[in-house]
Amino acid sequence: MKKRIGTMAVLGLAAMSLAACGSSAEETTAAATTTAAAAEAETEAETEAETEAETEAETEAAAEELSGSVATDGSTSMESVIGILGESFMQLYPDVTFTYNPTGSGSGITAVQEGRCDIGLSSRALKDEETASGLKGETVALDGIAMIVNNENPVADLSIEQIAQIYTGEITNWSEVGGNDEEIVLIGREAGSGTRDGFESITGTEDACQYRQELTSTGDVITTVSQNPAAIGYASLASVSDQVKAITVEGVEATEDTVRDGSYKIQRPFVLVTKDGEALSTQAQAFYDYAMSSDVADLIAQAGAVAIH
Amino acid sequence: MNRHKIETVVHGIFLVMGLVTIACVLMITVYLIIAGIPAIREIGLIDFLFGTEWASTASDPKYGILPFILTSIYGTAGAMVIGVPVGFMTAVFTAKIAPFKVRTIIEEAVSLLAGIPSVVYGLVGMLVLVPGIRELFDIPDGASLLAAIIVLAIMTLPSIISVSLTALEAVPKEYEEASLALGATEVETYFKVSVPAAKSGIAAAVVLGVGRAIGEAMAVMMVSGNAPNMPDSIFQSVRFLTTAVASEMSYSSGLQREALFSIALVLFLFIMMINAALNFLMKHDKEN
Repeated sequence: MKKRIGTMAVLGLAAMSLAACGSSAEETTAAATTTAAAAEAETEAETEAETEAETEAETEAAAEELSGSVATDGSTSMESVIGILGESFMQLYPDVTFTYNPTGSGSGITAVQEGRCDIGLSSRALKDEETASGLKGETVALDGIAMIVNNENPVADLSIEQIAQIYTGEITNWSEVGGNDEEIVLIGREAGSGTRDGFESITGTEDACQYRQELTSTGDVITTVSQNPAAIGYASLASVSDQVKAITVEGVEATEDTVRDGSYKIQRPFVLVTKDGEALSTQAQAFYDYAMSSDVADLIAQAGAVAIH
Repeated sequence: MNRHKIETVVHGIFLVMGLVTIACVLMITVYLIIAGIPAIREIGLIDFLFGTEWASTASDPKYGILPFILTSIYGTAGAMVIGVPVGFMTAVFTAKIAPFKVRTIIEEAVSLLAGIPSVVYGLVGMLVLVPGIRELFDIPDGASLLAAIIVLAIMTLPSIISVSLTALEAVPKEYEEASLALGATEVETYFKVSVPAAKSGIAAAVVLGVGRAIGEAMAVMMVSGNAPNMPDSIFQSVRFLTTAVASEMSYSSGLQREALFSIALVLFLFIMMINAALNFLMKHDKEN
């Protein structure tokens, strides 16, 4: 008996909800019609406004036409630069989906070759055989890495060779490079960090650095170096403050200008890689032009790199 | 009839809420196992657990986590060597000897210590402890296993003190009064009567402290130097199981990322063992 009451109750509920559905559906249709009418009116108004706007700023109108996706693939070091460019690009063109696949420079270049992405990202210049295979690379920004020591450290200049020897453990005392008689404390970044990858590839010390500390952020590196008179570290140029002393490398001070003209050596290019002679999709070309334009210089600086356009 | 129905519904709600917790634990366990096994199979269990070299992004990558396992064990043991005597003595003093006012101050301080976020411990350690160790021992850099041990010892104090305190307070007054009446001094009474009576509670406090120490990541990451060395000396720059996962996760990819999940799985097994020990002690305590 109890069970039957239960079943009946369920049926009743179902019937009621069905009825409710029916009535609300009718209402919705009515509502929909009105909104449709309203929308029509609005669109008319908008189109008028748009034609007016179009004469003023044609680019704005074009913005709404662009859609589809832009796929980038490659260097993990370029994450912050490409992230900030991608975000601002999507704000300009809301219908475009921008994707970034952080796989590494090598994989990014292969991905362009195989047509798996629109634009490849490489944090090194293309090799001759890569250009020969029909790829084209254009530098979008430069990455400068500053060498930092404690403010009390009298050493003011090191050559790239000396830096490499210090980091591989061949030189272990500051007195060997003209400093105090103190054991050198090597501060670096964690495996996988773009700054570490950049530093090690430029100085040729891949997999050979004898780090005393591996820290997970630029801020930690700067704090640690500022605390220890015997420490040396590396940090992205944009984040160096007066808490620490940035030394000159082969006599050249690390500034945006010396990175741009190539005289400061610990730097590398951020390159956009495409297939030579093959047209990009409209939206990918728009992103390419956007990244290469001088409008984004501030964004690139904000991401810690040096803009060149 | 109606009240009965409400009861049933409420019971149902409680059941669902209880199941949410169980589901979370199950999901985490299953996910960790699924995510952690592939890398172990690819690297090989022996090479993974007993390999002494970790170089996850090298051109010839090495994935040996023995340095991390040993560091976690040494670090936790070291923290207990310092934390247990200090915490235990504090608990005995607070529960039995301290006058009311002092007791209130200690209890307030302990709960404040428990509430400090681990990143603050790390920051203070980085700015005060690490340079201090460097100068005191005249070594090139103070970021070391020793710095991590000291930070962990301080961080585990609140759990050791508060749990042992509760256990000591639960000792029936009659035991102590009997001991005093038989002519034992106060200190004799505390150490020969009160403490043995509370021993499983105090053991639980230690195990809880071990659990807290082995699972801590943020604070030790900031003071231990984080280089994947074997912990040969307490002045060595070292990396713990927790920090091994935390420091490389953000930029990791491929086998490196999978190996990090495997480290998490190993850590999870450690925590499970500690929990099992804790449960055993608690159960033992109840039966007595």
